[in-house]
Amino acid sequence: MIELRVVYVISAREFKKFLREKSRLFSSLARPLIWLFLVGGGLSRIVPTGGNITYLQFFFPGIIGMTILFTSIFSAISIIWDKEFGYMKEILVAPVSRTSVVVGKAVSGSIVSTIQATIVLMLFPLVGLKLSLLSVLLIIPLSFAISFSIASIGILIATFYESFESFSIIMNFIVMPMFFLSGAMYPLRKLPEIFKLIAHFNPLTYGIDALKNVIIKEAGEMGADFSLPLDLTIIFLVSLVFIFLGTKAFNRRV
Amino acid sequence: MSIIHVDSLSKHFNSIKAVDNVNFDVREGTIFGFLGPNGAGKTTTISILCTLLKPTSGTAIVDGYNCVTQPAKVRRSIGVVFQDTTLDKDLTAYENLLYHAILYNVEKSERQKLVDDALMFIGLYERKNDLVKRFSGGMKRRLEVARAMVHQPKILFLDEPTLGLDPQSRNNLWEFITRLPEEKGVTIFMTTHYMDEAEVCDEIAIIDRGKIIARGSPEELKKSVGGDVIYLKTTNNLKALSIIREEMSLTGKIKGDELFITVTRGDACLPELIRHLGDIVKSVRVQRPTLNDVFLNLTGKEIREETPDSMDEIKESVRAYRRRFDRT
Ligand SMILES: Nc1ncnc2c1ncn2[C@@H]1O[C@H](COP(=O)(O)OP(=O)(O)OP(=O)(O)O)[C@@H](O)[C@H]1O
Ligand SMILES: [Mg+2]
Repeated sequence: MIELRVVYVISAREFKKFLREKSRLFSSLARPLIWLFLVGGGLSRIVPTGGNITYLQFFFPGIIGMTILFTSIFSAISIIWDKEFGYMKEILVAPVSRTSVVVGKAVSGSIVSTIQATIVLMLFPLVGLKLSLLSVLLIIPLSFAISFSIASIGILIATFYESFESFSIIMNFIVMPMFFLSGAMYPLRKLPEIFKLIAHFNPLTYGIDALKNVIIKEAGEMGADFSLPLDLTIIFLVSLVFIFLGTKAFNRRV
Repeated sequence: MSIIHVDSLSKHFNSIKAVDNVNFDVREGTIFGFLGPNGAGKTTTISILCTLLKPTSGTAIVDGYNCVTQPAKVRRSIGVVFQDTTLDKDLTAYENLLYHAILYNVEKSERQKLVDDALMFIGLYERKNDLVKRFSGGMKRRLEVARAMVHQPKILFLDEPTLGLDPQSRNNLWEFITRLPEEKGVTIFMTTHYMDEAEVCDEIAIIDRGKIIARGSPEELKKSVGGDVIYLKTTNNLKALSIIREEMSLTGKIKGDELFITVTRGDACLPELIRHLGDIVKSVRVQRPTLNDVFLNLTGKEIREETPDSMDEIKESVRAYRRRFDRT
């Protein structure tokens, strides 16, 4: 059973803090911007793209995916840190269900992540993309759905790890590979078979593919690999499965 | 009637017996003190009573509900102030309390009033819209007590509520806490390792290494020490010890460079003592027994008063570490 008041409290708190801490917003936007312009901008000059878009334009949905990936995973991981060092204890000792806490945490992470993704999205004219208002309005709920699926995965990961040392393990063995094997930097169809296979099991692949379906519709062989309905179905299923597993694991841990 | 009932409660962490077959009862409307040194098992016991930790064996009943099988009911009856702060420093005092009220399902129409009342009660109403990070340590602690009171719990758990506060803030906080049973009918379960703080309790249990080693009112416990304590400094403590034993048939103990003896009437015993020991005595003082003496008497060691600074430093650096990653 999910208690909305719990989801509300966890989200309202996160949102207020996000608005108050300007430096957090700034530094979390720095990463995608650096990747977009320093990595993407550089590659753009040497990577010939088939189809009718530049590499920078191809990279743009991937950068939004990156913003979502980092923000959602890390805000979900704080569910455990909060427990050891603070506010989460206040929530856990209240008469609320653990499921609500997990869902609340996923929602709150997704809200912040969606805001950041939207800010990055607004840079689309800088890379020479044209998006209709409708597309922009579509991408916002889409970003939320993707964020929620990634945050659910983050919560499950969080319940496995104990110490700060595991942070770099998560970073190097989960987050970075998830990014590189997601079709963010290369179209899946151009990857070597083995990587292509792994990428098919990466939930982020479908999130970024969904973004490609909206942002770079007419990119031919540089465009999306799957259809939008398939992407959405997988995002939905991933959210469901991982929020379920995350709740179970969290219940056992706490 | 007892509002907390604990029966053969144990909690083991692998080989560590953090709580070892503990029994006690807390009467409604009283202040119950759980007293013991670092690592005695105080926080572990509170965590079990608050349903955050499952006991290895034994039962804990809080307000008539079983902590293991009816945790949701227990949680509705209690308010908790944890040893480490759980306030959100980036929210205002008001927001911290308001969110608490929502979490505890306080009626919307009552929230505002209960939050304001709680802030008034601890004297922080004027600062309600300030961010908590701008509060002093004492103010934060008071705010935590207020927050735990917002949903009008029957029982308040306070885990070392005054840790790290200066004496003035400590007194200040105690003033608020001791008013609660009288004014609001709340039962208080508190832990501390400051002996003098335990004096405000109606009943005390002294815990050491997971076991309760003594129980009673502060007066009873002090009486159990058997009178006054005489502290002596001599040029030769071992020699003094044997003289006391053989010529006066009293038992003394050595602690640090001091020797202490427990006697029924300190003032009456003093002249005789000095006559026997002669000029090896360097200094003498007589003390009415304190709870510290109770502990000393029971365990032969003093409750260490940990310096809050080092603890706070560790926690602060952990937080700084976290903040770095939170932002990515
Ligand atoms: N999660 C845990 N895992 C393993 N051991 C633990 C855990 N929590 C507590 N302990 C151990 O249990 C014992 C009792 O700890 P507890 O925190 O209850 O002591 P305490 O009386 O609250 O001490 P303090 O005054 O320092 O707060 C200690 O030896 C501690 O190391
Ligand atoms: Mg403790």
